[in-house]
Amino acid sequence: MPEALLVLDQVVKRFGEHTAVAGVDLQFHRGEFLAIMGPSGCGKTTTLRMIAGLEQPSEGEIRLNGERINELKPWQRDTPLVWQNLALFPHLNVVKNIEFGLKMRNIRARERRERSMNWLERMGLADYAGRNIAQLSGGERQRVAIARALVTEPEILLLDEPLSALDAHLRVRMQSEISQLQKQLGITFAYVTHNQSEAFAMASRVAIMDKGLIQQIGNPREVYRAPANHFVAEFVGSNNIITGTVSALADGWVTVETERGKFKAPAPEPAPAKGDTLELVVSADLVAISDHAGAHENVLSGELISEEFVGSIITLYIDIGDGVVFRVQKQQHELEALDFTSGRKLYASWRPEHTYVLPPA
Amino acid sequence: MSADRFIAYGLRGWFLVALIFIYVPIVINFIYSFSPGRFPTLPLGGFSTGWYELILSEAPVPRAFANSLKAGVIVALISTFIGFAAAYTDYRYRFLGKNIYLALALLPPTIPVLILGLVMLMFLSRVSLVGELYSVVLAHVVYCIPFAMALIRLRLAQIDPDLESAAWNLGANSWRAMREVIVPFTLPAIFAALALTMAVSFDEYLIAFFVGGLTETLPVRVLALLQGQVNPRINAIGSFVFAISMSLVILAQILLLTRRSGNRGIAAGGA
Repeated sequence: MPEALLVLDQVVKRFGEHTAVAGVDLQFHRGEFLAIMGPSGCGKTTTLRMIAGLEQPSEGEIRLNGERINELKPWQRDTPLVWQNLALFPHLNVVKNIEFGLKMRNIRARERRERSMNWLERMGLADYAGRNIAQLSGGERQRVAIARALVTEPEILLLDEPLSALDAHLRVRMQSEISQLQKQLGITFAYVTHNQSEAFAMASRVAIMDKGLIQQIGNPREVYRAPANHFVAEFVGSNNIITGTVSALADGWVTVETERGKFKAPAPEPAPAKGDTLELVVSADLVAISDHAGAHENVLSGELISEEFVGSIITLYIDIGDGVVFRVQKQQHELEALDFTSGRKLYASWRPEHTYVLPPA
Repeated sequence: MSADRFIAYGLRGWFLVALIFIYVPIVINFIYSFSPGRFPTLPLGGFSTGWYELILSEAPVPRAFANSLKAGVIVALISTFIGFAAAYTDYRYRFLGKNIYLALALLPPTIPVLILGLVMLMFLSRVSLVGELYSVVLAHVVYCIPFAMALIRLRLAQIDPDLESAAWNLGANSWRAMREVIVPFTLPAIFAALALTMAVSFDEYLIAFFVGGLTETLPVRVLALLQGQVNPRINAIGSFVFAISMSLVILAQILLLTRRSGNRGIAAGGA
């Protein structure tokens, strides 16, 4: 199998004493949409800047089409970046901004005007060619920034939290525009974000980063349902994590005794021994809620602290003792029959097969 | 009338008095430059451009004026170029001893001009560069660079630091990015620096007096005239010099103020 389009091989970046990226292995395949996601300071932006050549790796190798590009200057590689603040040139109008990359490649004025206008039309901005950047709305600027990066027809597009400056409504629209664009062009998109819904909505694969390392990489569903470690389980989704010790093992099931009760879960591979400490992950959306002792085998109870509506989704926060909060997410219509007075006793239950056992650290 | 209003009017009055104090001598100077008489009289004895004709017919004054103009233009070009380079170094790079670099680069205007002029004279005479127009240019460049650098630094501080990286990212090498992004963005400040450094050089007396020797600039000539006798020619020269300097300074101000808000496309970046 040929090597991936872009390979990061044990890449390290240190700034003085501080290690921003601590040895990242990452492969970007041709035509895939890979999102790099993590909290701020996890090294995701530094990783992207190294791909663009704006930072030099301290160790390791970056290969594009099998060739080492560590030493190439930013202008010697075709790795355009869509900046977090867009970095559009304020002294140039819209079409000149888009032409910039072509002009730097010494493409003749007529051809570059033509290619830029094609992109403007594609982005629905044909009437804006002569406008100043300052006269555009947030979404329009966004499109100009993307067109400016794509006009040279690169094999890979880097995006550094490009939607973070937009309001929620516009962000969702731009998400679908970006993901459609990627499918039409069939080129590789490397998308850095701290926003989970953004990453999961667009990406075909997601890499979760923390402390300068890739914690897990996989398709969104895998990462969501089978987090590789405690960090990923906490960072991704709205998971509940319960720690306990193995009290019984039988027929591929494991029973874990915790301070909140005994819970059954599918036994992980390799099978744990009795007395081992395990962490159970229960996704908030797989939990049933009721005012009597539970529909499913794994049950715990607690007092309702608060509720939160986001669209049709409602999140309940339940105190299950000692201030530990358990989250339950439901469609609003599923809960209409229940009465939610704060402080009310509720039962949360879920199927044993919906319990996920974290791999040991 | 309340005390507050009293104070407000008082301050306005004080401000007006201060303005009058500053500008009245200049205005009087201007008015009497058109008076035909040898001594200032009230009412004016008539209107005449005789003093202007006189100074223009006297060889030393037009020559001094030409010297000042030449020196001013060259000083403006060189010191703005070096000032830009110095400001860009400060903007772009971080290095050990940068604070010392900045302090040294911005120091010359804080040195008393008398001392600067003397030191320049001593140094330039050692290396046999004294007494010519280029001596004045050299010394004025040293004196003017900090003004140019300060103006251009202000503008550079307003650039989004990602813009230059964005240009690299789109295929522009360092020089190209400077030409296509940094210079167009800084252009208003560059023009302002040209005007201001030219005005500073045009006005400067002491340094030019020390290092110029027999090569006189306009301010040096004016002072020489004054030493001989107080003569209404001074009024004419004074008005003239004031008009040129003020035009340059006001031009610099206009460039800095109007360019800050938006851009009007002259900075469209070459081709």
